[in-house]
Amino acid sequence: MPTTAPNGPSAPTASAAAHALSDVTASDAALRRFLHGLPGVDAVGLEARAASLGTRSIKTTSKAYAIDLAISMVDLTTLEGADTPGKVRALGAKAVHPDPTDRTTPTTAAVCVYPDMVAVAKEAVAGSGVKVASVATAFPAGRATLGVKLADVREAVAAGADEIDMVIDRGAFLAGHFMKVYDEIVAVKEACGTSARLKVIFETGELSTYDNIRRASWLGMLAGADFIKTSTGKVAVNATPANTLLMLQAVRDFRAQTGIQVGVKPAGGIRTSKDAIKFLVLVNETAGEDWLDNHWFRFGASSLLNDLLMQRQKLATGRYSGPDYVTVD
Amino acid sequence: MASAFEYAPAPESRAIADIAPSYGLFIDGEFTDAADGKVFKTLSPSTEEVLSEVARAGAEDVDRAVKAARRAFAKWSALPGSERAKYLFRIARIIQERSRELAVLETLDNGKPIKETRDADLPLVAAHFFYYAGWADKLDHAGFGANPRPLGVAGQVIPWNFPLLMLAWKIAPALATGNTVVLKPAETTPLSALFFADICRQAGLPNGVVNILPGYGDAGAALVAHPDVNKVAFTGSTAVGKEIARTVAGTRKKLTLELGGKGANIVFDDAPIDQAVEGIVTGIFFNQGQVCCAGSRLLVQESVQEELLESLKSRLSTLRLGDPLDKNTDIGAINSAEQLARITALAERGEAEGAERWSPACELPSSGYWFAPTLFTGVTQAHTIARDEIFGPVLSVLTFRTPDEAVAKANNTQYGLSAGIWTEKGSRILAVANKLRAGVIWSNTFNKFDPTSPFGGYKESGFGREGGRHGLEAYLDV
Repeated sequence: MPTTAPNGPSAPTASAAAHALSDVTASDAALRRFLHGLPGVDAVGLEARAASLGTRSIKTTSKAYAIDLAISMVDLTTLEGADTPGKVRALGAKAVHPDPTDRTTPTTAAVCVYPDMVAVAKEAVAGSGVKVASVATAFPAGRATLGVKLADVREAVAAGADEIDMVIDRGAFLAGHFMKVYDEIVAVKEACGTSARLKVIFETGELSTYDNIRRASWLGMLAGADFIKTSTGKVAVNATPANTLLMLQAVRDFRAQTGIQVGVKPAGGIRTSKDAIKFLVLVNETAGEDWLDNHWFRFGASSLLNDLLMQRQKLATGRYSGPDYVTVD
Repeated sequence: MASAFEYAPAPESRAIADIAPSYGLFIDGEFTDAADGKVFKTLSPSTEEVLSEVARAGAEDVDRAVKAARRAFAKWSALPGSERAKYLFRIARIIQERSRELAVLETLDNGKPIKETRDADLPLVAAHFFYYAGWADKLDHAGFGANPRPLGVAGQVIPWNFPLLMLAWKIAPALATGNTVVLKPAETTPLSALFFADICRQAGLPNGVVNILPGYGDAGAALVAHPDVNKVAFTGSTAVGKEIARTVAGTRKKLTLELGGKGANIVFDDAPIDQAVEGIVTGIFFNQGQVCCAGSRLLVQESVQEELLESLKSRLSTLRLGDPLDKNTDIGAINSAEQLARITALAERGEAEGAERWSPACELPSSGYWFAPTLFTGVTQAHTIARDEIFGPVLSVLTFRTPDEAVAKANNTQYGLSAGIWTEKGSRILAVANKLRAGVIWSNTFNKFDPTSPFGGYKESGFGREGGRHGLEAYLDV
């Protein structure tokens, strides 16, 4: 059985949310009215706020804290057609011991793989506390029938996945069929059972407007998402400070209204420690310190980890090393 | 607010600004002592440390400076516009090159956070010089007829809230149009103007074209009253503006005044709430609220009042007040003990008149002049804090029920400088903007500045426009 997260996978999430905002999902029309009634987002203002938080200067002790926190939040990811058990095992080893020269380095939060690699990944991280996340629901396009998507999820869960990263049906969302998207998330959540936490990927680059991202965030949270996640990393625009800031506002507001805390995972395009720290500043100053924990915030990334490790070594030794002093897997 | 993620101090190095122990007046290209030898001290408002001792201009020095400017005028105004532009472009580039130094200097002398001097003041200062440099050889096409002529010697008096930016607003258009300048910076913030004098020398600007006279109100009054000044430009308080208008009345001097304000920031119930909160914060806490166009009155529609105030309060709790040189500081020091006393008195008046006062938990440094960000709710049009300009980090929150009521309340002030409109409905922005009597109206943003945009007021906020093509008119004989 997968290990249970300290706060417990939020199985009662959906029902609790339904309780607080029960009328909202009663019908397609009600759901649409609710989502369209959310406050609009001024793009210029949102991006300006994200940029201004990006100018925070994080130095010395706060930098050391942020780097370790960021490492502990990485969902170390490989999602390639060319993935092999060997590659996944190497990734697992890296997740467990990110820096073999320094055992004080925290482990990453999870490894993130395709469903057929879950069993291999599970074995590779066994006993380490590192979670195995699996993308499912016909990732990344999500263009499959519900039955296929659910089978995908069930197999990943059966193979031991602790977390499922699903994609929403962007086509349905853009066509205004919010209830269809909602029902699908509810069904996937059910397929996750009580053991796996569900991350809902919006593919924000395809939703294209900030208003849509806010609506998708609420839709996902109403349907029982444990995490809302920006993107697959497979399209042109992935995680940005602005769309992540917006989603952090959404989880903050959702908790204020329902009492339910939902996590956020920006994914794709975050490659440097400097970027990662900027995202942590967004978390700190928007959702607040309750989210400064890998149970509630993750980075979907692959190359980010090595940059964090190099910065960590620099802080410890005072010297910059180089790419040959971190492992390439 | 103790957080797991504390930001370690990230101070900008103050050594970047090499401040001399004493400075003279800048007249005819030379630094000189005041005729009567008087000096005054300029302090760092965040620590009360003396930064430098500066010569204090008197009437005799004003006369000397005006004469120098008059001598320089003939040659300067006869230069082709393209030649004057070269000097202005050069000045703009030097400002960019020295922007880090100037930002540190401004932060030390004024008390505002380095984040603002670095990201707002200095880029705008350079942009202003670049913009007016571009106009210098195109005045024929500015809409004032062929070959518009400069006025002569411009006497300019500027405030302490944006010392270098206000200097740029005054000097750039004056020089571009062929005038020469005598400028008096505020007594609490003379240093950046004196560094600018050095930049003029570095740029090889002819002697006497720019003269800088640090001093107090008496020097400003002497400058404004000097018979050989052709143009008076003043930015500052309405009370002093009225005094200047009386002095200038009956003379042939051309006058522009940019005075106080009590800007209304109007939030409708369909506003983008998160961004409106940011705009309110920018509107009143930018530069500790010491901004003439500050959005010091928040007019919020009753139906979203609760939600908005809750968001606003939690946002204010994240503001970081402290060392202005720290790059993570959001709120710096109040410019002077005098200003702090004024803000304190008005806030106390607000409480005495029954408005509800709120500030986030925040520790004020033990030395220097500090005032916590403050919010007053339950304010009505009858409260002093809804009518008088506080010029500090104090926001008065009023409510309205309909767009008409919002417009009526927004306009119900002796001032008319700025206003903000927050709504996702484009047609409402246009309809409301048309009815507001304010020189600058921002929609879904606040305190955004650009050299291409004219700035100025209605009613007791003054007259004349600075910035943009309109800003040329004040310095041309048209």
